[in-house]
Amino acid sequence: MTPTLNLTINGVPQQIALDDPRATLLDVLRERLGLTGTKKGCDRGQCGACTVLIDGMRMNSCLALALSHDGAEITTVEGLAQGDTLHPVQAAFIAHDGFQCGYCTPGQIMSAVGLIAEGEAGLDPERVREGMSGNLCRCAAYAGITEAVLDATREITAGREERETA
Amino acid sequence: MNRFDYVRAETLGAAIGAEGALLAGGTNLLDLMKIGVATPDRLIDISRLPLDRIEQSGGGLRIGAMVRNAEIARDPQVLARYPALAEALLSGASAQLRNAATTGGNVMQATRCSYFQDPLSPCNRREPGSGCGALGGATRNHAVLGWTEGCIAVHPSDMCVALAAYDAVVEITGPGGLREVAMEEFHPLPDADGAGKPPLMPGEIITHIRLPDPGALARNARYVKLRERTSFAFAIVSAAAALAIEDGVITEARLALGGVAARPWRCRKAEEALKGQPASAESFARAAELATEGARPSGDNAAKTPLAQRIALRALERAAAGTPERLPALPASVFAGDDNG
Ligand SMILES: Cc1cc2nc3c(=O)[nH]c(=O)nc-3n(C[C@H](O)[C@H](O)[C@H](O)COP(=O)(O)OP(=O)(O)OC[C@H]3O[C@@H](n4cnc5c(N)ncnc54)[C@H](O)[C@@H]3O)c2cc1C
Ligand code: SF4
Ligand code: FES
Ligand code: FES
Repeated sequence: MTPTLNLTINGVPQQIALDDPRATLLDVLRERLGLTGTKKGCDRGQCGACTVLIDGMRMNSCLALALSHDGAEITTVEGLAQGDTLHPVQAAFIAHDGFQCGYCTPGQIMSAVGLIAEGEAGLDPERVREGMSGNLCRCAAYAGITEAVLDATREITAGREERETA
Repeated sequence: MNRFDYVRAETLGAAIGAEGALLAGGTNLLDLMKIGVATPDRLIDISRLPLDRIEQSGGGLRIGAMVRNAEIARDPQVLARYPALAEALLSGASAQLRNAATTGGNVMQATRCSYFQDPLSPCNRREPGSGCGALGGATRNHAVLGWTEGCIAVHPSDMCVALAAYDAVVEITGPGGLREVAMEEFHPLPDADGAGKPPLMPGEIITHIRLPDPGALARNARYVKLRERTSFAFAIVSAAAALAIEDGVITEARLALGGVAARPWRCRKAEEALKGQPASAESFARAAELATEGARPSGDNAAKTPLAQRIALRALERAAAGTPERLPALPASVFAGDDNG
């Protein structure tokens, strides 16, 4: 019997017939759904390139067995922008040169979105660096990444406060 | 990765006695399956079992086996009363991995011995009777305490080191009913021929970890971890220390080392020596020396013993200075500063 996997990906419910239980969430996103924004670096939890949000929490999709996450809500880098308007984290990565080759970038951005939602690092650059340490960048764009995350944190918390006082 | 059957256990009853490998967060099991070290025919997915709560229990806490590592580390009770546990967890892996990793999976994670991870090398732990590929090889990360020629691997968990210092108990359920084992003794030490008997019998599952009331140890507890880089690396050596201090005198002490043995290493002699002594540099220096009593290199790793002593000393000094209100930006780092940071 071919099990059916139900996932809501970037707000869209998807039914995926899985003929092989070995598929990771990363494989499903890239190979079955053509969502190649999420990258495969090490495939072993060591680099963070495959970071997505699973039910709002950042995780490594390469070590997530797809079947184990049946029913989950997944957010990938493709789901951040609203039409042509970039997500504040995406915009901040461009503004601060938070990348060079770009390979680690989708994972960095998803990890930053998760970090800002966790709300524990705030505007302390050391806490941001520590909080982003699960994402390696072989181009070593770390300085720009930290600046981008700090800037996006300001932007997102300001937006939140505005909405709260409105 | 070999093909396998996948079943999800919806109830604890369905998981107990089930034949196959238990899958929780998958961050260790899937990794080992990808490199051909774990080759289960069947996966029992236990990630949805209702063991996902942290509850009060007899003055202490009871942590479900499915609680994620990140959740323990940000639990207000844990931060207030067991801060060395939070610091140990935050010093391990990455934020993404801690969001997926479970309590039970962390306890049961396999050694990172590179010969264990290479299916072509002999390894008594992976294949009993095949020998130990690490002996005489690259051994700088291997054990200096409690090892035999059967196996010189260390247990890689940070969480377990803090749990051992806090006298935590592992609750296990199996076809034969319930049993409990002290965290300190849960991971078997190797015997002459190999890695020793496995910690769980087939069909058994860890359901909870119980932490007794920390009493006066609560606000003088720290974890310190030496690694090759400041974050996202396993320990070379680490130490959890907790002290109860009254009028400058130590009334109770806990000290456990990580990265030195096949289990978190409780330093009972050092603890005894601290009791009744002033919380002073001399007391801590003597305790740190006693902490590694019996240590001997298992290869090219003689440096680990003095390193462990220094890390133990640092943990004791930081514990005596008091746990900071907020954990430092770089949890457990030797670069976090020698004051309270
Ligand atoms: C890149 C990387 C870096 C890491 N760095 C660190 C580090 O610095 N410090 C550290 O401590 N750890 C580190 N880890 C290890 C990490 O902590 C473990 O992978 C994780 O805790 C395992 O939990 P899990 O729920 O994902 O387990 P799984 O992978 O699901 O399971 C692991 C094992 O435990 C068994 N198991 C799971 N739950 C139970 C249960 N309830 N009862 C009985 N058996 C069970 C499984 O059958 C399996 O054998 C790192 C991992 C990676 C990939
Ligand atoms: S040290 Fe232990 S785990 Fe490593 S190769 Fe030897 S027997 Fe295997
Ligand atoms: S691809 Fe998942 S962490 Fe590297
Ligand atoms: S931008 Fe090239 S790896 Fe990060």
